[in-house]
Amino acid sequence: MLRLADVSVSYGRIAAVQELSLEVKEGELVGLVGHNGAGKSTTLWTIAGVLRPSSGDVTFAGRSIVGLSPDAILRLGISLVPENRRIFGRLTVGENLRIGTSARKDRKQAEADIEKMCERFPVLGSFLDRSGSKLSGGEQQQLAIARALLSRPKLLLLDEPTLGLAPLIVDQVFEILQELREEGVTMLLVEQNAARTIEVANRTYVMRSGGRIAFHGTAQELATMGDFEAAYIGMAP
Amino acid sequence: MSQGIQYAVDSIAFGSLFALMALALALLFGVMGLMNFAYGELIMAGAFTMYYTRGAGWGAMIGMTILVVTVLSLLMELIAFRPVRRASPVTLLVTSFAVSYGLQQLGWMTVGKGPQKGVEPYPFLTKQLDVSGVLVSRLTIITVIVTIVLLVGMTLLLKRTTLGIQLRASTEDFRMAQLVGVKANWVISAAFGITGLLASAVAILYVLRTGAVDPEIGRGPLLVAFVGGVIGGLGSLPGAALGGFVLGAIINALQAVLPTTLASHTQLFAFLAVIAILVFQPEGLVAVRSGFLTRIWRRLRRPVVAEEAAA
Repeated sequence: MLRLADVSVSYGRIAAVQELSLEVKEGELVGLVGHNGAGKSTTLWTIAGVLRPSSGDVTFAGRSIVGLSPDAILRLGISLVPENRRIFGRLTVGENLRIGTSARKDRKQAEADIEKMCERFPVLGSFLDRSGSKLSGGEQQQLAIARALLSRPKLLLLDEPTLGLAPLIVDQVFEILQELREEGVTMLLVEQNAARTIEVANRTYVMRSGGRIAFHGTAQELATMGDFEAAYIGMAP
Repeated sequence: MSQGIQYAVDSIAFGSLFALMALALALLFGVMGLMNFAYGELIMAGAFTMYYTRGAGWGAMIGMTILVVTVLSLLMELIAFRPVRRASPVTLLVTSFAVSYGLQQLGWMTVGKGPQKGVEPYPFLTKQLDVSGVLVSRLTIITVIVTIVLLVGMTLLLKRTTLGIQLRASTEDFRMAQLVGVKANWVISAAFGITGLLASAVAILYVLRTGAVDPEIGRGPLLVAFVGGVIGGLGSLPGAALGGFVLGAIINALQAVLPTTLASHTQLFAFLAVIAILVFQPEGLVAVRSGFLTRIWRRLRRPVVAEEAAA
Protein backbone atom coordinates (compact mmCIF):
# COMPACT_ATOMS: atom_id res chain seq x y z
CA MET A 1 0.00 0.00 0.00
CA LEU A 2 2.73 2.45 1.00
CA ARG A 3 6.24 2.30 -0.35
CA LEU A 4 9.23 4.53 0.28
CA ALA A 5 12.06 3.96 -2.16
CA ASP A 6 15.47 5.42 -1.31
CA VAL A 7 13.95 8.52 0.23
CA SER A 8 16.31 11.18 1.48
CA VAL A 9 15.18 14.29 3.36
CA SER A 10 17.35 17.18 4.44
CA TYR A 11 17.00 20.21 6.67
CA GLY A 12 19.25 22.59 4.85
CA ARG A 13 22.60 20.82 4.80
CA ILE A 14 21.67 18.33 7.50
CA ALA A 15 20.59 14.96 6.16
CA ALA A 16 17.78 13.79 8.41
CA VAL A 17 16.80 10.72 6.39
CA GLN A 18 19.10 8.96 3.94
CA GLU A 19 18.10 6.45 1.27
CA LEU A 20 15.31 5.06 3.35
CA SER A 21 13.19 2.29 1.93
CA LEU A 22 10.23 0.76 3.67
CA GLU A 23 6.92 -0.79 2.84
CA VAL A 24 3.55 -1.08 4.54
CA LYS A 25 1.10 -3.65 3.19
CA GLU A 26 -2.64 -3.41 3.57
CA GLY A 27 -3.87 -4.48 6.98
CA GLU A 28 -0.41 -4.38 8.56
CA LEU A 29 0.75 -2.52 11.63
CA VAL A 30 4.34 -1.62 10.83
CA GLY A 31 6.55 -0.15 13.49
CA LEU A 32 9.33 2.37 12.95
CA VAL A 33 11.56 2.68 15.99
CA GLY A 34 14.81 4.38 16.79
CA HIS A 35 16.30 6.76 19.27
CA ASN A 36 15.77 10.50 19.38
CA GLY A 37 16.91 12.25 16.24
CA ALA A 38 17.04 9.12 14.10
CA GLY A 39 14.64 10.62 11.56
CA LYS A 40 11.42 8.80 12.42
CA SER A 41 9.17 11.85 12.61
CA THR A 42 10.83 13.29 9.52
CA THR A 43 9.83 10.13 7.67
CA LEU A 44 6.20 10.50 8.72
CA TRP A 45 6.11 14.21 7.86
CA THR A 46 7.49 13.36 4.43
CA ILE A 47 4.78 10.76 3.81
CA ALA A 48 2.13 13.24 5.01
CA GLY A 49 3.33 15.85 2.55
CA VAL A 50 4.67 18.42 5.00
CA LEU A 51 8.27 17.81 3.95
CA ARG A 52 9.53 17.10 0.47
CA PRO A 53 12.20 14.48 -0.16
CA SER A 54 15.34 15.65 -1.89
CA SER A 55 15.51 12.29 -3.64
CA GLY A 56 13.62 9.04 -3.81
CA ASP A 57 9.92 8.40 -4.15
CA VAL A 58 6.91 7.83 -1.93
CA THR A 59 4.10 5.87 -3.52
CA PHE A 60 0.69 5.10 -2.11
CA ALA A 61 -1.59 2.60 -3.82
CA GLY A 62 0.82 2.65 -6.75
CA ARG A 63 0.78 6.43 -7.17
CA SER A 64 3.59 8.82 -6.35
CA ILE A 65 2.52 11.32 -3.72
CA VAL A 66 5.66 13.45 -3.66
CA GLY A 67 4.76 17.10 -4.13
CA LEU A 68 1.13 16.74 -3.13
CA SER A 69 -0.22 19.02 -0.42
CA PRO A 70 -1.02 17.58 3.02
CA ASP A 71 -4.75 17.95 2.49
CA ALA A 72 -4.52 16.26 -0.91
CA ILE A 73 -2.64 13.35 0.68
CA LEU A 74 -5.31 13.10 3.36
CA ARG A 75 -7.93 12.88 0.63
CA LEU A 76 -6.01 9.96 -0.88
CA GLY A 77 -6.41 8.19 2.45
CA ILE A 78 -3.36 8.91 4.61
CA SER A 79 -4.09 10.45 7.99
CA LEU A 80 -1.52 11.54 10.57
CA VAL A 81 -1.76 11.51 14.34
CA PRO A 82 1.10 13.91 15.06
CA GLU A 83 3.58 13.95 17.89
CA ASN A 84 2.23 15.81 20.93
CA ARG A 85 -1.29 15.37 19.63
CA ARG A 86 -1.63 18.95 18.29
CA ILE A 87 -5.22 19.22 19.31
CA PHE A 88 -6.84 22.55 18.43
CA GLY A 89 -6.93 23.85 22.00
CA ARG A 90 -9.32 26.71 21.23
CA LEU A 91 -11.84 24.37 19.64
CA THR A 92 -14.14 22.18 21.67
CA VAL A 93 -13.85 18.40 21.61
CA GLY A 94 -16.88 18.29 19.32
CA GLU A 95 -15.32 20.82 16.94
CA ASN A 96 -12.03 18.91 16.93
CA LEU A 97 -13.94 15.80 15.91
CA ARG A 98 -15.94 17.70 13.32
CA ILE A 99 -12.86 19.15 11.71
CA GLY A 100 -11.55 15.61 11.35
CA THR A 101 -14.31 15.08 8.77
CA SER A 102 -13.24 18.11 6.68
CA ALA A 103 -12.17 15.97 3.76
CA ARG A 104 -15.41 14.00 3.62
CA LYS A 105 -18.39 14.84 1.46
CA ASP A 106 -20.85 12.45 3.14
CA ARG A 107 -21.97 14.85 5.88
CA LYS A 108 -24.74 12.67 7.35
CA GLN A 109 -22.48 9.63 7.59
CA ALA A 110 -19.72 11.85 9.00
CA GLU A 111 -22.06 13.02 11.79
CA ALA A 112 -23.03 9.41 12.47
CA ASP A 113 -19.35 8.46 12.61
CA ILE A 114 -18.70 11.22 15.14
CA GLU A 115 -21.36 9.66 17.37
CA LYS A 116 -19.80 6.22 16.91
CA MET A 117 -16.40 7.65 17.81
CA CYS A 118 -17.89 9.09 21.00
CA GLU A 119 -19.19 5.62 21.86
CA ARG A 120 -15.79 4.13 21.17
CA PHE A 121 -14.07 6.79 23.28
CA PRO A 122 -16.69 7.57 25.96
CA VAL A 123 -14.58 10.26 27.58
CA LEU A 124 -14.82 12.31 24.37
CA GLY A 125 -18.58 11.92 24.31
CA SER A 126 -18.87 13.29 27.82
CA PHE A 127 -16.60 16.27 27.08
CA LEU A 128 -17.99 17.40 23.73
CA ASP A 129 -18.35 21.02 24.77
CA ARG A 130 -15.07 21.17 26.63
CA SER A 131 -12.17 23.06 25.14
CA GLY A 132 -9.51 20.77 23.72
CA SER A 133 -6.85 22.44 25.83
CA LYS A 134 -8.62 21.37 29.01
CA LEU A 135 -8.22 17.64 28.36
CA SER A 136 -5.55 15.50 29.97
CA GLY A 137 -2.72 14.06 27.88
CA GLY A 138 -4.38 10.68 27.56
CA GLU A 139 -7.72 12.23 26.64
CA GLN A 140 -6.04 14.41 24.04
CA GLN A 141 -4.38 11.35 22.57
CA GLN A 142 -7.74 9.64 22.26
CA LEU A 143 -9.11 12.78 20.62
CA ALA A 144 -6.18 12.93 18.19
CA ILE A 145 -6.67 9.29 17.20
CA ALA A 146 -10.45 9.74 16.88
CA ARG A 147 -9.96 12.88 14.79
CA ALA A 148 -7.63 11.04 12.44
CA LEU A 149 -9.94 8.01 12.18
CA LEU A 150 -12.89 10.23 11.24
CA SER A 151 -11.30 10.94 7.87
CA ARG A 152 -11.70 7.20 7.18
CA PRO A 153 -8.05 6.72 6.33
CA LYS A 154 -6.68 3.79 4.39
CA LEU A 155 -3.38 4.32 6.21
CA LEU A 156 -2.97 5.78 9.68
CA LEU A 157 0.37 7.33 10.59
CA LEU A 158 1.04 7.65 14.32
CA ASP A 159 3.94 9.73 15.58
CA GLU A 160 4.92 8.71 19.10
CA PRO A 161 1.38 8.43 20.47
CA THR A 162 2.62 7.50 23.94
CA LEU A 163 5.07 10.36 24.32
CA GLY A 164 4.77 12.01 27.71
CA LEU A 165 1.95 9.78 28.91
CA ALA A 166 1.68 7.91 32.20
CA PRO A 167 2.32 4.14 32.05
CA LEU A 168 -1.35 3.33 32.57
CA ILE A 169 -2.33 5.59 29.67
CA VAL A 170 0.43 4.09 27.53
CA ASP A 171 -1.21 0.70 28.09
CA GLN A 172 -4.56 2.15 27.01
CA VAL A 173 -3.07 3.61 23.85
CA PHE A 174 -1.47 0.32 22.89
CA GLU A 175 -4.77 -1.44 23.55
CA ILE A 176 -6.45 0.97 21.13
CA LEU A 177 -3.76 0.26 18.55
CA GLN A 178 -4.23 -3.49 19.04
CA GLU A 179 -7.99 -3.09 18.52
CA LEU A 180 -7.44 -1.04 15.37
CA ARG A 181 -5.03 -3.66 14.08
CA GLU A 182 -7.59 -6.40 14.67
CA GLU A 183 -10.15 -4.30 12.78
CA GLY A 184 -7.80 -4.27 9.81
CA VAL A 185 -6.70 -0.63 9.97
CA THR A 186 -3.35 -0.24 8.23
CA MET A 187 -0.89 1.66 10.40
CA LEU A 188 2.65 2.95 10.44
CA LEU A 189 3.61 3.49 14.05
CA VAL A 190 6.60 5.60 15.04
CA GLU A 191 7.65 5.04 18.63
CA GLN A 192 10.58 5.29 20.98
CA ASN A 193 8.98 2.52 23.02
CA ALA A 194 10.59 -0.15 20.89
CA ALA A 195 9.69 -3.20 22.99
CA ARG A 196 5.97 -2.50 23.01
CA THR A 197 6.02 -1.56 19.33
CA ILE A 198 7.77 -4.75 18.24
CA GLU A 199 5.32 -6.73 20.35
CA VAL A 200 2.23 -5.24 18.68
CA ALA A 201 3.53 -4.74 15.11
CA ASN A 202 3.54 -7.22 12.25
CA ARG A 203 6.99 -5.94 11.24
CA THR A 204 9.28 -3.28 12.56
CA TYR A 205 11.94 -1.13 10.98
CA VAL A 206 14.77 0.09 13.17
CA MET A 207 16.37 3.41 12.29
CA ARG A 208 19.80 4.41 13.38
CA SER A 209 21.61 7.70 13.54
CA GLY A 210 21.87 9.36 10.18
CA GLY A 211 18.35 8.43 9.16
CA ARG A 212 19.06 5.00 7.74
CA ILE A 213 17.34 1.70 8.31
CA ALA A 214 19.56 -0.64 10.32
CA PHE A 215 17.26 -3.63 10.62
CA HIS A 216 13.76 -4.68 9.81
CA GLY A 217 11.71 -7.76 10.36
CA THR A 218 9.17 -9.48 12.54
CA ALA A 219 9.65 -9.70 16.27
CA GLN A 220 11.19 -13.17 15.94
CA GLU A 221 13.58 -12.06 13.20
CA LEU A 222 14.69 -8.99 15.14
CA ALA A 223 15.37 -11.09 18.23
CA THR A 224 18.02 -13.05 16.31
CA MET A 225 19.85 -9.97 15.02
CA GLY A 226 22.96 -9.54 17.08
CA ASP A 227 23.55 -5.82 16.79
CA PHE A 228 19.95 -4.82 17.31
CA GLU A 229 20.50 -3.25 20.72
CA ALA A 230 23.61 -1.46 19.54
CA ALA A 231 21.60 0.04 16.69
CA TYR A 232 18.93 1.22 19.09
CA ILE A 233 20.83 2.77 22.00
CA GLY A 234 19.06 2.73 25.31
CA MET A 235 16.55 0.02 24.52
CA ALA A 236 15.72 -2.12 27.55
CA PRO A 237 16.97 -5.71 27.22
CA MET B 1 -22.11 65.35 31.84
CA SER B 2 -24.18 64.94 28.72
CA GLN B 3 -21.24 66.19 26.67
CA GLY B 4 -19.08 63.54 28.30
CA ILE B 5 -21.61 60.90 27.33
CA GLN B 6 -21.66 62.30 23.81
CA TYR B 7 -17.89 61.95 23.57
CA ALA B 8 -18.15 58.44 24.97
CA VAL B 9 -20.79 57.38 22.46
CA ASP B 10 -18.81 58.90 19.61
CA SER B 11 -15.64 57.18 20.84
CA ILE B 12 -17.49 53.86 20.94
CA ALA B 13 -18.60 54.37 17.34
CA PHE B 14 -15.13 55.38 16.21
CA GLY B 15 -13.46 52.60 18.16
CA SER B 16 -15.78 49.97 16.72
CA LEU B 17 -14.54 50.78 13.19
CA PHE B 18 -11.04 49.90 14.31
CA ALA B 19 -12.30 46.78 16.03
CA LEU B 20 -13.46 45.57 12.61
CA MET B 21 -10.16 46.47 10.97
CA ALA B 22 -8.06 44.88 13.69
CA LEU B 23 -10.18 41.73 13.55
CA ALA B 24 -9.58 41.50 9.80
CA LEU B 25 -5.84 42.00 10.22
CA ALA B 26 -5.70 39.36 12.95
CA LEU B 27 -7.64 36.89 10.82
CA LEU B 28 -5.15 37.17 7.97
CA PHE B 29 -2.21 37.11 10.36
CA GLY B 30 -3.50 33.98 12.03
CA VAL B 31 -4.28 32.09 8.84
CA MET B 32 -1.15 32.83 6.86
CA GLY B 33 1.21 34.78 9.06
CA LEU B 34 0.66 37.84 6.89
CA MET B 35 0.49 41.34 8.29
CA ASN B 36 -1.34 42.85 5.35
CA PHE B 37 -0.24 46.47 5.13
CA ALA B 38 -2.16 46.71 1.86
CA TYR B 39 -5.36 46.58 3.89
CA GLY B 40 -5.40 50.38 3.96
CA GLU B 41 -5.64 50.37 0.18
CA LEU B 42 -8.84 48.35 0.38
CA ILE B 43 -10.23 51.31 2.33
CA MET B 44 -8.94 53.58 -0.45
CA ALA B 45 -10.66 51.49 -3.12
CA GLY B 46 -13.88 51.64 -1.14
CA ALA B 47 -13.60 55.39 -0.72
CA PHE B 48 -13.09 56.03 -4.42
CA THR B 49 -15.88 53.66 -5.36
CA MET B 50 -18.18 55.65 -3.10
CA TYR B 51 -17.01 58.88 -4.70
CA TYR B 52 -17.68 57.71 -8.24
CA THR B 53 -21.03 56.08 -7.45
CA ARG B 54 -22.37 58.70 -5.04
CA GLY B 55 -24.86 59.90 -7.63
CA ALA B 56 -26.31 56.46 -8.27
CA GLY B 57 -28.29 56.19 -5.08
CA TRP B 58 -27.64 54.62 -1.70
CA GLY B 59 -28.18 51.02 -2.69
CA ALA B 60 -25.95 51.18 -5.76
CA MET B 61 -23.22 53.07 -3.88
CA ILE B 62 -23.10 50.62 -1.00
CA GLY B 63 -23.50 47.57 -3.23
CA MET B 64 -20.74 48.63 -5.62
CA THR B 65 -18.40 49.50 -2.75
CA ILE B 66 -18.87 46.09 -1.14
CA LEU B 67 -18.38 44.36 -4.50
CA VAL B 68 -15.30 46.31 -5.56
CA VAL B 69 -13.49 46.04 -2.23
CA THR B 70 -14.25 42.33 -1.76
CA VAL B 71 -13.17 41.47 -5.30
CA LEU B 72 -10.01 43.55 -4.89
CA SER B 73 -9.20 41.69 -1.69
CA LEU B 74 -9.64 38.32 -3.40
CA LEU B 75 -7.51 39.45 -6.35
CA MET B 76 -4.84 40.69 -3.94
CA GLU B 77 -4.60 37.19 -2.48
CA LEU B 78 -4.63 35.44 -5.84
CA ILE B 79 -2.12 37.65 -7.63
CA ALA B 80 0.19 39.01 -4.95
CA PHE B 81 0.14 36.74 -1.91
CA ARG B 82 -0.60 33.22 -3.14
CA PRO B 83 2.64 32.98 -5.18
CA VAL B 84 4.70 33.87 -2.10
CA ARG B 85 2.67 31.94 0.46
CA ARG B 86 5.49 29.55 1.27
CA ALA B 87 8.13 32.28 1.35
CA SER B 88 9.70 33.61 4.51
CA PRO B 89 7.78 35.99 6.77
CA VAL B 90 10.12 38.78 5.65
CA THR B 91 9.17 38.18 2.02
CA LEU B 92 5.48 38.25 2.93
CA LEU B 93 5.99 41.52 4.79
CA VAL B 94 7.89 43.12 1.92
CA THR B 95 5.21 41.90 -0.51
CA SER B 96 2.46 43.52 1.52
CA PHE B 97 4.40 46.79 1.64
CA ALA B 98 4.95 46.58 -2.13
CA VAL B 99 1.27 45.94 -2.81
CA SER B 100 0.31 48.80 -0.50
CA TYR B 101 2.73 51.25 -2.07
CA GLY B 102 1.90 50.11 -5.60
CA LEU B 103 -1.82 50.54 -5.12
CA GLN B 104 -1.34 53.92 -3.48
CA GLN B 105 0.77 55.18 -6.35
CA LEU B 106 -1.72 53.75 -8.83
CA GLY B 107 -4.36 55.69 -6.99
CA TRP B 108 -2.39 58.93 -7.20
CA MET B 109 -1.75 58.39 -10.91
CA THR B 110 -5.37 57.70 -11.76
CA VAL B 111 -8.36 58.45 -9.61
CA GLY B 112 -6.41 60.59 -7.15
CA LYS B 113 -5.31 63.17 -9.73
CA GLY B 114 -6.77 66.62 -9.76
CA PRO B 115 -8.54 68.53 -7.05
CA GLN B 116 -9.30 67.04 -3.63
CA LYS B 117 -12.25 64.71 -3.83
CA GLY B 118 -14.83 63.99 -1.23
CA VAL B 119 -18.26 62.66 -0.45
CA GLU B 120 -20.59 65.39 0.78
CA PRO B 121 -22.16 64.74 4.15
CA TYR B 122 -25.68 63.40 3.96
CA PRO B 123 -28.07 65.55 6.01
CA PHE B 124 -30.03 62.41 6.93
CA LEU B 125 -26.93 61.01 8.59
CA THR B 126 -25.54 64.13 10.21
CA LYS B 127 -28.88 65.00 11.81
CA GLN B 128 -28.50 64.78 15.56
CA LEU B 129 -31.04 63.01 17.70
CA ASP B 130 -31.71 63.88 21.29
CA VAL B 131 -31.45 60.67 23.32
CA SER B 132 -32.18 61.54 26.97
CA GLY B 133 -30.36 64.83 26.69
CA VAL B 134 -27.44 63.41 24.74
CA LEU B 135 -27.06 64.56 21.13
CA VAL B 136 -26.09 61.66 18.91
CA SER B 137 -25.93 61.75 15.14
CA ARG B 138 -27.72 59.12 13.08
CA LEU B 139 -24.38 58.17 11.56
CA THR B 140 -22.98 57.39 15.02
CA ILE B 141 -25.97 55.19 15.80
CA ILE B 142 -25.74 53.47 12.42
CA THR B 143 -21.99 52.93 12.89
CA VAL B 144 -22.52 51.25 16.23
CA ILE B 145 -25.39 49.11 14.93
CA VAL B 146 -23.54 48.05 11.77
CA THR B 147 -20.37 47.12 13.64
CA ILE B 148 -22.35 45.19 16.26
CA VAL B 149 -24.16 43.32 13.49
CA LEU B 150 -20.86 42.56 11.74
CA LEU B 151 -19.13 41.47 14.93
CA VAL B 152 -22.09 39.27 15.89
CA GLY B 153 -22.16 37.94 12.34
CA MET B 154 -18.44 37.17 12.47
CA THR B 155 -18.90 35.44 15.83
CA LEU B 156 -21.71 33.29 14.47
CA LEU B 157 -19.68 32.50 11.37
CA LEU B 158 -16.66 31.50 13.42
CA LYS B 159 -18.60 29.53 16.02
CA ARG B 160 -21.45 27.93 14.13
CA THR B 161 -20.27 27.17 10.61
CA THR B 162 -17.86 24.62 9.17
CA LEU B 163 -15.90 27.47 7.55
CA GLY B 164 -15.68 29.17 10.92
CA ILE B 165 -14.31 26.06 12.60
CA GLN B 166 -11.77 25.70 9.80
CA LEU B 167 -10.77 29.36 10.08
CA ARG B 168 -10.32 29.11 13.85
CA ALA B 169 -8.34 25.93 13.51
CA SER B 170 -6.20 27.51 10.78
CA THR B 171 -5.44 30.58 12.88
CA GLU B 172 -4.34 28.32 15.72
CA ASP B 173 -2.31 25.75 13.79
CA PHE B 174 -2.42 26.13 10.02
CA ARG B 175 -0.24 23.12 9.31
CA MET B 176 -2.37 20.82 11.46
CA ALA B 177 -5.51 22.18 9.83
CA GLN B 178 -4.11 21.10 6.46
CA LEU B 179 -3.29 17.69 7.89
CA VAL B 180 -6.92 17.13 8.88
CA GLY B 181 -8.09 18.06 5.39
CA VAL B 182 -8.70 21.80 5.46
CA LYS B 183 -7.95 23.14 1.98
CA ALA B 184 -5.37 25.89 2.27
CA ASN B 185 -6.50 27.82 -0.81
CA TRP B 186 -10.11 27.77 0.23
CA VAL B 187 -9.50 28.91 3.79
CA ILE B 188 -7.11 31.66 2.83
CA SER B 189 -9.37 32.92 0.04
CA ALA B 190 -12.29 32.89 2.46
CA ALA B 191 -10.23 34.90 4.95
CA PHE B 192 -9.41 37.48 2.29
CA GLY B 193 -13.05 37.60 1.20
CA ILE B 194 -14.22 38.19 4.76
CA THR B 195 -11.59 40.85 5.36
CA GLY B 196 -12.63 42.52 2.11
CA LEU B 197 -16.21 42.59 3.29
CA LEU B 198 -15.16 44.12 6.60
CA ALA B 199 -12.96 46.63 4.78
CA SER B 200 -15.88 47.74 2.64
CA ALA B 201 -17.98 48.38 5.75
CA VAL B 202 -15.15 50.35 7.34
CA ALA B 203 -14.62 52.34 4.14
CA ILE B 204 -18.29 53.25 3.88
CA LEU B 205 -18.64 54.30 7.50
CA TYR B 206 -15.28 56.09 7.58
CA VAL B 207 -15.92 58.10 4.43
CA LEU B 208 -19.41 59.00 5.54
CA ARG B 209 -17.86 60.24 8.79
CA THR B 210 -14.87 62.15 7.40
CA GLY B 211 -15.96 62.98 3.84
CA ALA B 212 -12.45 63.17 2.39
CA VAL B 213 -11.34 60.75 -0.32
CA ASP B 214 -7.69 60.38 -1.33
CA PRO B 215 -5.22 57.56 -2.07
CA GLU B 216 -3.75 57.70 1.44
CA ILE B 217 -7.06 57.60 3.25
CA GLY B 218 -6.38 54.12 4.55
CA ARG B 219 -2.94 54.75 6.01
CA GLY B 220 -4.00 56.35 9.28
CA PRO B 221 -6.73 53.84 10.12
CA LEU B 222 -4.42 50.96 9.19
CA LEU B 223 -1.78 52.12 11.66
CA VAL B 224 -4.32 52.45 14.44
CA ALA B 225 -5.87 49.07 13.66
CA PHE B 226 -2.47 47.39 13.45
CA VAL B 227 -1.20 48.80 16.72
CA GLY B 228 -4.57 48.19 18.32
CA GLY B 229 -4.46 44.59 17.15
CA VAL B 230 -0.99 44.18 18.62
CA ILE B 231 -1.99 45.53 22.03
CA GLY B 232 -5.08 43.37 21.97
CA GLY B 233 -3.11 40.33 20.97
CA LEU B 234 -2.88 39.29 17.33
CA GLY B 235 -3.01 35.64 18.28
CA SER B 236 -6.57 36.09 19.48
CA LEU B 237 -9.37 37.33 17.24
CA PRO B 238 -11.45 38.78 20.09
CA GLY B 239 -8.28 40.25 21.58
CA ALA B 240 -7.32 42.02 18.39
CA ALA B 241 -10.82 43.43 17.99
CA LEU B 242 -10.74 44.63 21.60
CA GLY B 243 -7.36 46.25 21.10
CA GLY B 244 -8.50 48.01 17.93
CA PHE B 245 -11.60 49.22 19.68
CA VAL B 246 -9.71 50.49 22.74
CA LEU B 247 -7.10 52.37 20.74
CA GLY B 248 -9.64 53.86 18.34
CA ALA B 249 -11.81 54.96 21.23
CA ILE B 250 -8.83 56.46 23.06
CA ILE B 251 -7.79 58.47 19.99
CA ASN B 252 -11.30 59.79 19.47
CA ALA B 253 -11.69 60.66 23.13
CA LEU B 254 -8.32 62.45 23.21
CA GLN B 255 -9.30 64.49 20.16
CA ALA B 256 -12.32 65.68 22.07
CA VAL B 257 -10.68 66.43 25.43
CA LEU B 258 -7.19 67.64 24.58
CA PRO B 259 -6.66 71.42 24.42
CA THR B 260 -6.56 72.89 20.93
CA THR B 261 -2.79 73.30 21.05
CA LEU B 262 -2.33 69.60 21.69
CA ALA B 263 -5.21 68.19 19.63
CA SER B 264 -3.00 67.81 16.56
CA HIS B 265 -0.77 65.48 18.58
CA THR B 266 -3.54 63.10 19.51
CA GLN B 267 -1.80 60.08 18.11
CA LEU B 268 1.32 60.86 20.15
CA PHE B 269 -0.62 60.56 23.39
CA ALA B 270 -2.51 57.53 22.14
CA PHE B 271 0.66 55.65 21.30
CA LEU B 272 2.21 56.63 24.62
CA ALA B 273 -0.75 54.85 26.14
CA VAL B 274 0.05 51.88 23.87
CA ILE B 275 3.62 51.76 25.20
CA ALA B 276 2.29 51.81 28.73
CA ILE B 277 -0.08 48.93 27.97
CA LEU B 278 2.65 46.87 26.38
CA VAL B 279 5.04 47.46 29.30
CA PHE B 280 2.57 45.88 31.70
CA GLN B 281 0.97 43.39 29.31
CA PRO B 282 3.52 42.61 26.60
CA GLU B 283 1.45 39.76 25.21
CA GLY B 284 -1.52 41.99 24.67
CA LEU B 285 -4.73 42.72 26.49
CA VAL B 286 -5.93 39.18 25.81
CA ALA B 287 -2.88 37.06 26.49
CA VAL B 288 -1.79 35.16 23.45
CA ARG B 289 -1.97 31.42 23.81
CA SER B 290 1.23 29.57 24.36
CA GLY B 291 2.96 28.63 21.18
CA PHE B 292 2.42 31.98 19.46
CA LEU B 293 6.00 33.15 19.96
CA THR B 294 7.22 29.67 19.11
CA ARG B 295 5.27 29.74 15.86
CA ILE B 296 6.67 33.18 14.99
CA TRP B 297 10.18 31.93 15.76
CA ARG B 298 9.63 28.87 13.60
CA ARG B 299 8.28 31.01 10.77
CA LEU B 300 11.26 33.34 10.97
CA ARG B 301 13.60 30.36 10.91
CA ARG B 302 11.74 28.58 8.11
CA PRO B 303 14.24 29.25 5.25
CA VAL B 304 17.08 27.47 7.08
CA VAL B 305 15.07 24.71 8.68
CA ALA B 306 13.21 22.55 6.17
CA GLU B 307 12.08 22.34 2.59
CA GLU B 308 8.32 22.14 2.69
CA ALA B 309 6.15 20.54 0.12
CA ALA B 310 3.83 22.59 -2.03
CA ALA B 311 0.62 23.37 -0.19
